[in-house]
Amino acid sequence: MKRNWWKALTVVLLLYVAVAGLLMPVPRLAILNESIRNLYFHVPMWFGMTAILVASVYYSVRYLRTPTPALDIKAHEAARTGILMGCVGLATGSIWARFTWGAWWTNDPKLNGAAIAMLIYGAYLVLRSSFTDEQQRARVSAIYNIFAFAVAMPLFYILPRLTDSLHPGAGGNPAFARYDLDSDMRLVFYPAVIGWTLLAFWVAQLATRISVLKLKVYEKQIA
Amino acid sequence: MKSKLRSPAPGALGPKVLLLLALLLPVWPALAQAPGAQPEMAEVLRQSGKIYVVVAVIAVVLAGLLLFLISLDRKLSRLEKEIGEER
Repeated sequence: MKRNWWKALTVVLLLYVAVAGLLMPVPRLAILNESIRNLYFHVPMWFGMTAILVASVYYSVRYLRTPTPALDIKAHEAARTGILMGCVGLATGSIWARFTWGAWWTNDPKLNGAAIAMLIYGAYLVLRSSFTDEQQRARVSAIYNIFAFAVAMPLFYILPRLTDSLHPGAGGNPAFARYDLDSDMRLVFYPAVIGWTLLAFWVAQLATRISVLKLKVYEKQIA
Repeated sequence: MKSKLRSPAPGALGPKVLLLLALLLPVWPALAQAPGAQPEMAEVLRQSGKIYVVVAVIAVVLAGLLLFLISLDRKLSRLEKEIGEER
């Protein structure tokens, strides 16, 4: 339990976000209306994705320095969880766009950048599954993972800011200013970011442990 | 018999009757609604927008998913122990 306190924190934060996110007061804005509450669910997906992809790159770098199967598994499962968060982020964003901008998809630099970045990470999974030799797979996918991160982050966070965009957080350097995040929303938004990020790490940890177990069972069968 | 024959002229209602009506008529809608209003109590979950129902549903879904994660976590811990011990 001592080592799992952050999982309890995840549960508390997410339940708080679900209730407070729907009930706490929000600014009354035209077009957005109550859909402004999506901020507590759509945006943390991307925060969580970024955090877990950073972890994935960290493990990939460590793998290249000291190659062990455990590090490869950690990097892989973290990247997979990040891809899952990104896909959920794209899907939720698409729904939100339909009812505020009027289309499921707009040719917006932020949206297209995110889509391309997700495709780059999709290629990571394809690349990984195309090797039969474990060491080769681990090494090449670690290198590709670092490359994918280095390409994806500018696509998410830098290129959209160089042009105009419908999407808040793009065009110029608005950061949080454009959300007009008032103090009421901060009370839910920050816990939401922490909670969903922790959830991503929890899922990645479970997936990692399953893969490690599988590996152990496999080794035992061979021995 | 006498009273029946004496049909009251308009405006002949006694001031007492008028007073009674003046007192009772404003209460009439309340009386009419009383039986209908009885079952619909001002409970939180029945408020007109019913957003609290959605909140409750989402909370239950989330709680279910998180409970599943917790049980998965525990099962994994047990398995890890088992496989670790066998070595």
